[in-house]
Amino acid sequence: MKTSTGKSLSHSLAKLPTGIPGLDEILRGGLPRERNTVVVGGAGCGKTILALQTLVNGAREFNEPGIFIAFEENSKQIIGNAATFGWDLPELQKRKLFFLDARLTPEVIKTGGFDFSALLAIAGAKAKELGAKRIVFDSIDILLALLDDPSAERQELFSLYHWLLESGMTGILTAKDDPLLPVETGHTNHMQFMSDCVIRLDHSLSNRTSLRNLWVMKYRGSSFSENAVPMSIGDNGLELSHSLSAGQQVPASKIRVSSGVARLDTMLGGGYFQGSSILITGAPGTSKSTLSAAFAEAACKRGERALYISFDESASELIRNFSSVGIRLQPQITSGKLRIHSIQADGCSAKQHYETIHGLLKSFKPSSLVIDPLTALIKSGGEEIAQSITERLMRLSKSLGITTVNTSLLNSADEQESTPIQISTIADTWIHLTYQVRAGERNRALTIVKSRGTRHSNQIRELMLSEKGITLSDTYAAEGEVLMGTMRWQKEQAEVADEELAQCEIERKRIELETTTLELESRLKMLQQEIKVKKAEQQLLLRTEQSRKTLSANYLKSLLRKRDAEAAQSDTLKK
Amino acid sequence: MKKSPALVFRLYVAGNAPNSVRARSNFAEIAKERFGGDYTLEEVDVLKNPAQALLDHILVTPTLIRLEPSPSRRVIGNLSERDTVLDALGI
Repeated sequence: MKTSTGKSLSHSLAKLPTGIPGLDEILRGGLPRERNTVVVGGAGCGKTILALQTLVNGAREFNEPGIFIAFEENSKQIIGNAATFGWDLPELQKRKLFFLDARLTPEVIKTGGFDFSALLAIAGAKAKELGAKRIVFDSIDILLALLDDPSAERQELFSLYHWLLESGMTGILTAKDDPLLPVETGHTNHMQFMSDCVIRLDHSLSNRTSLRNLWVMKYRGSSFSENAVPMSIGDNGLELSHSLSAGQQVPASKIRVSSGVARLDTMLGGGYFQGSSILITGAPGTSKSTLSAAFAEAACKRGERALYISFDESASELIRNFSSVGIRLQPQITSGKLRIHSIQADGCSAKQHYETIHGLLKSFKPSSLVIDPLTALIKSGGEEIAQSITERLMRLSKSLGITTVNTSLLNSADEQESTPIQISTIADTWIHLTYQVRAGERNRALTIVKSRGTRHSNQIRELMLSEKGITLSDTYAAEGEVLMGTMRWQKEQAEVADEELAQCEIERKRIELETTTLELESRLKMLQQEIKVKKAEQQLLLRTEQSRKTLSANYLKSLLRKRDAEAAQSDTLKK
Repeated sequence: MKKSPALVFRLYVAGNAPNSVRARSNFAEIAKERFGGDYTLEEVDVLKNPAQALLDHILVTPTLIRLEPSPSRRVIGNLSERDTVLDALGI
């Protein structure tokens, strides 16, 4: 049978979308079309759901009819299970899906060698009738176990693979793998060799919480995500927490929103990026919540809506506590801009918390979200599940363009800045709050550990709470240590005194210089005066001389005239 | 089957697949030895008639069903284990 793509098998690999949220991205488009995929895993890890969901999605979304061959459950059970995910199999069964109940009665008597030609003949006939593109064998190990002969099992498996290739359908084979058996002896090992794509599912318990993972082990001829991805069984079937990849996110915003603390905004280069996720870590009492509340209040003051998810603290407690540090939430709640949702952490599973928050985000549509503390989710599940849930939460809020502030409680006031859940890698901005203990004081300190896309201050600031709110102030570094609190105050006072001294000294110098200048100026004036006097004297002298000469000349003339003595003229001239 | 003889069998085969061929000859031997000629055998080739296989819920070949006398009995395999065959079919 040829498929509608009409592609020959040797050509570039065509993909068959599973339609399972997140899975097609990991598989870079889907399963290998017209090839076979084996889904391995222990009991109850979701193999059947994965296979069935791929089939249902094919029939519903891609107009690709499918065949489901069930060796374990009867069709009624499968239809019943599917109904819980809202898949209307009876409707699809009319035209697009065929279920073959292939359970073999355990009391069947074997009288020698046999093969599965009849099964494949039935499947082939139905495939032709429906124009099926997808086929599931669930689970193949049950069928093979019937043979009870390793060489016959290999032979039949080979026949099955051959038949699948000939059929032009895309095959999904599920296989239980027994963790107690060495890999070499199981069917799965052989199957994994023969399959083009191998997906492994596992299901375990961690701190009483169910934990599911999907791992693509092999994909011949295609790239794929090589890491195990957390998976969950939701209301509509399987979904991977990977389901919101970078490609689906809203474009990164360049708009800044206030953190609620002016000085912090400055340190961050204008505030948090809109739609980014912020992580505030710190020991108890380092005012993580206060910083978060300031952020929420600032959003409300801008006229936006904010949602504050509080684990284990009631709204009234929060309102009272924050009002003592100048953050007044009650008016914002009254005006409908702020909603505080208080959750009992261990009342529900992390998954349920996620659903609750998801629901609130959808109905309330806030621009800002606070989850305080995000680490409370650990209480409701193991670390791993909490991580997968928190990752999903962050991706969800990011995809909705919501700026999210998460707090993370550190068990001890450790300086390692380690956070139990590795959300710090997802967070765009990470603010770490610590206590600095010196000289018998505990002072709060704030550091921006990282802030993506921002040239942020890397200096530690002292965080101070007062009835006016949060203020950050410069810290002093002395002998390589950061000074805060009283020590900072002392240092400040000392500097003030020094400053005063310096000021006096400068004033004294200034006056001294002024005096000198004045002195010089007056001396200059005196000298100028003196010059004037000297010049006047000079003039006078000159004039006196001239008049004297004139006078004496006139006197001589008149004298000569009187004496009429020409000869005497020479005497006068000689003189 | 108009008037039912004492023994009615149906053998499902897959064309001339090795096990199907062996089942045919094994059955013929047993029948000759045990029932003389007093039996009816209907052969269904699942490759030609998959709808019948589906109807009768036949998944493996060869499969032999004793239809009469009722209740029916069913064995799978090439019928080489003669004692098992005879035992299972109640002969």
